[in-house]
Amino acid sequence: MEYEAVIGLETHVQLKTQSKMWCGCANTFGSPPNTNVCPVCLGMPGVLPVANEEALRLTVLTGLLLNCEIPARAKFDRKNYFYPDVAKNYQITQYDQPSTRGGHVDFEFQGGMARVRITRAHLEEDVGKNNHFDRNSGVDFNRAGVPLLEIVSEPDLTSADMAYEYLNALKDILVYGGISDCDMEKGMVRCDVNVSVRPKGGTGLGAKIEIKNMNSFSGVRRALTYEIPRQIEVLQGGGTLIQSTRRWDDAGGITEEMRTKEHAHDYRYFPEPDLMPFEPTPEWLAAVKSRMVELPLARKQRFMKTYELPAGDAEVFKNDVPLGHYFETAAQGAANPKAVANWVINNLRARLAETQAREIAEQESLGLERSDMTFTGLSDLKFPPQALRDLVGLVENQTLSSSAAQQVFVEMFETGKAPADIVQEKGLAQVSDTGALEALCDEAIAANPGPAADYRSGKLAALNRIKGHVMKLSQGKANPGLVGEILERKLRA
Amino acid sequence: MAGAHMDVTDVAHLARIRLTPAEEQTLGRQLDQILDYMEQLKGLDVSGVEPTAHPFPLVNVMRPDEARPSLSQDEALRNAPAPANGLFMVPKIVE
Repeated sequence: MEYEAVIGLETHVQLKTQSKMWCGCANTFGSPPNTNVCPVCLGMPGVLPVANEEALRLTVLTGLLLNCEIPARAKFDRKNYFYPDVAKNYQITQYDQPSTRGGHVDFEFQGGMARVRITRAHLEEDVGKNNHFDRNSGVDFNRAGVPLLEIVSEPDLTSADMAYEYLNALKDILVYGGISDCDMEKGMVRCDVNVSVRPKGGTGLGAKIEIKNMNSFSGVRRALTYEIPRQIEVLQGGGTLIQSTRRWDDAGGITEEMRTKEHAHDYRYFPEPDLMPFEPTPEWLAAVKSRMVELPLARKQRFMKTYELPAGDAEVFKNDVPLGHYFETAAQGAANPKAVANWVINNLRARLAETQAREIAEQESLGLERSDMTFTGLSDLKFPPQALRDLVGLVENQTLSSSAAQQVFVEMFETGKAPADIVQEKGLAQVSDTGALEALCDEAIAANPGPAADYRSGKLAALNRIKGHVMKLSQGKANPGLVGEILERKLRA
Repeated sequence: MAGAHMDVTDVAHLARIRLTPAEEQTLGRQLDQILDYMEQLKGLDVSGVEPTAHPFPLVNVMRPDEARPSLSQDEALRNAPAPANGLFMVPKIVE
């Protein structure tokens, strides 16, 4: 029998705020342990939480970006359990009245479009971080109380690759919206995976297996690539699967059972008595709506349509937002936006990367840490984006040969001078004056009697030798196309 | 009366409370009585009543997103029975 996988993801994302969810401790990564803590996030008796307004705004903004409905009323609940990283012995979350529900994410998958429905995105708090040693463990509560958004998908995913693409699309949206930096290295995004298998085409759901605490998208893909065939094998061997929680062992490349349904947690949710419900007013919602941004996929499609760019170029600008913004400024009023895109992607980006690599090497030799280094970025360029459009224009109208344009670009990058000025100063303008070119061609033919004879006797390649001579005489400025035409005419005469 | 029943042993475990068999008996009886009251309430028609999470008619209590100074590490760890390297040390955590 053939089987198919049914996958749903719960994605936890740390919100980009200055302070924590319920107290004024800083929301920063990498501080010494237990230095961003206070009685509230340490769960001391008698303290009261107060909701961070920006976290609520980012939650609702996420809902809007994920096409969710924003309920008129949301509230917070306590999820009760004992664990060393939960100081209060409960986590504050939104149980039955979340801030957002019922949305979807569209993304590109295997050459087409896919849609995953979003059940809800609710606001909760992160927990402390456990450090494990040989004989004991140590808890750092700097992370405890950091606003955390849990984005729950419907079980609409059907493969490891699809889950991977969904996660990347979700991340792009969150980064675009300024919701989260989504830095995986800093644990800003974590994922629980729910996966079951069923006979292909079936409608029921098999026993749900949860893989907890995945901290990389590629890890999710690898875990599913292992877990789906494992479940199918159990069923095909006549076995049964029971609802359970498993752990992904990345080094071993396997999942292992942690606990089964009989030992499932009983969280005894109840309304958080210390927090008042949340009812967004129309003004408040309007202010959040004004922060909506164009979604990554829409942006890519717009670049392809408006500027007639190939998908590859549009993808570059989707992934590198500042570069895309730069391109849009440079392409304003350009006759050939595709040519501008080529210059931005191939020349400008490469030149910047080169410069940055050199700057990193220099600063490394001075003993600077990566986080303290400064680099030349798009905003530090000495020339405005319009100058790039002008340069492309000079090539388009045949004032500049493409090789001369490279020289002009290098000069622009170094000095910030306008392309037209550089062309004039350096005398780089392409010579298209037929009179002048005719004279040069005559001179070159006279100087190359052998190749001229060869060409006349049918060895057409001999023309290049004479053409090269003309280019040399013109110091590279002759319009090569015109030179070719003139030479052919003269030699055939 | 074969009314509602609560598994006291299970609930005590969830709340990490250790009970003697005598306490289990007494509390079990009392909790079952409370559950019976609840059963009586179920008989009421509340279809026109909004659920109440809080007795105060107050919503949208929020604070601006501003970071403020935290405790020092020493201060934070002052109640910890076994601090080490700035961490709250606990028995080895095994999931």
